Amino acid sequence: MAFYRPARWQRPATLAGLVALVALPAALTALGQEFYIGFATRVLIFALAASSLNLVLGFGGMVSLGHAAFFGIGAYTAAICQQAGINEALFAFPAAMAAAGLFALLVGSVSLRTRGVYFIMITLAFAQMVFYLFVSARAWGGDDGLPLAGRMTLAGFSLAGDSALFFASLAALTAALLAFGRLAQARFGRTLQAIRENETRMEALGYPVFRYRLVAFALGGAVAGLAGALLANLTGLASPNLLQWTQSGTLLVMVIIGGVGALYGGVVGAAVLLGLEEVLVGFTEHWHIVLGLLLLGIVLFAPRGVAALFGERRG
Amino acid sequence: MADALLEVRGLSRRFAAVDALKEVDFSVAAGEVHALIGPNGAGKTTFIHHVSGALQPDSGSVRFAGRDITRLSMHERVRAGMARSYQITNVFLGLSARDNVALAVQGRADAGTSFRFWRPVAAEAALFAEAVDWLTQVGLAGKAEAVAGSLSHGEQRALEVAMALATKPQLLLLDEPMAGTGPEESARMVELIEHLARHVTILLVEHDMDAVFRLADRISVLVNGQMICTGTPDEVKADAGVRRAYLGDHL
Repeated sequence: MAFYRPARWQRPATLAGLVALVALPAALTALGQEFYIGFATRVLIFALAASSLNLVLGFGGMVSLGHAAFFGIGAYTAAICQQAGINEALFAFPAAMAAAGLFALLVGSVSLRTRGVYFIMITLAFAQMVFYLFVSARAWGGDDGLPLAGRMTLAGFSLAGDSALFFASLAALTAALLAFGRLAQARFGRTLQAIRENETRMEALGYPVFRYRLVAFALGGAVAGLAGALLANLTGLASPNLLQWTQSGTLLVMVIIGGVGALYGGVVGAAVLLGLEEVLVGFTEHWHIVLGLLLLGIVLFAPRGVAALFGERRG
Repeated sequence: MADALLEVRGLSRRFAAVDALKEVDFSVAAGEVHALIGPNGAGKTTFIHHVSGALQPDSGSVRFAGRDITRLSMHERVRAGMARSYQITNVFLGLSARDNVALAVQGRADAGTSFRFWRPVAAEAALFAEAVDWLTQVGLAGKAEAVAGSLSHGEQRALEVAMALATKPQLLLLDEPMAGTGPEESARMVELIEHLARHVTILLVEHDMDAVFRLADRISVLVNGQMICTGTPDEVKADAGVRRAYLGDHL
């Protein structure tokens, strides 16, 4: 893989996409399809979570199978904040990011001492530990998860309306992608990608490789935590399902479909996967079969992901 | 040697049942070109790995610039002033020659931290200007924009050296810089090393005997994990043990 560089069309296309998304809730309301505002919000939130994994996996070259832990910790942190009487997202969301980020720091400081399969297994093991912790924590709902009494407020404005939460999610995703896009071209991102390409060479140039990886891993965890907090608001529940290893797998699949190491890989992957699910479920309950075939097709014919088909430039 | 820049004492390392290095004593004086030679499998690369920090010894010590660095990691040793080039070309093939060297410049302590998240590297003109200076030193000024993967083998070897130089080392470890190059490219590399030797201390591992005898101030000979001889090129040529173990009909 080469280093990230934005394509020339990327900025205008992004702006056009943003404008379309900003107009989306009003358009859906006008068409009487308000239901899809919630669906679109879900796509945005998963796009955020998948993008945070793409920072770790795509730019950092770290194949983590425990990303759901950070996602779920974010959701639980939001719910626990509300349980404790903090209903303001300006506190709860940063708290979710901090909790997930700190846990990622802990996981990373252990797991990043290993490579390859060992790294995958250790991240998975940490995530499973968190899963069983929350399943057995009765104060936090155990198996049933921890419900939210209602959506939070953001800077005093209620997120109860579907459009409000949509815009909050859109803002979070936009900010994250802007930050990742900048980071990828700044010293940190160049260093990270060079480490992905050739770790030993970077050591031999004097770079403390472990530290750069750890920071990227924690950053990815924190952003996943934000996505989790948003999702808890959307669904009204911090569920242990969010912490399942299958959830980590889903995020991985999204990144692979969209494009590993492509800035919009997570967004494209989340939109394709959730969109297909939405459409196919209407036809057959065996929609996973179709999804599996699609995944095979992508791996065979577009191994760099769907985003790469649109020529995101590399070099 | 009173002012040894690199001083290795009693270095030993076993791999399973094999003594890869046995009680190796070795030193490089500041300012010299010191060549390390030995037959294939003698342990030269293993030895270099212990000097550069890629491997840790079972016993013995490595001192560099008056400081014990035996337990320092590779990147800490680079920061302390020791850089290496690789036997197998080890550059970022997808990046331009200039970007490769700019990464090396960026990694240096005096270039500031790389925990910068916002400003594009492309805007840091100083990094790239310096990178071009290093490329000029190794004769690659005209290839700055070329993607490293498109360079000839000899050019990639030179790029490798430029990256090591850009870390501003006191000691440059060159691991077979002539490996796989043709006669013309080898000649150019010899000239380059002669030029560099005026500014930096060099530890050279090389199979090309013509190059070694032309460049080296001193030569050490490693055979079966043991340093059997160290001396000037003439002393080494005359050494009976060396002749028996290694050079044989070469001389």
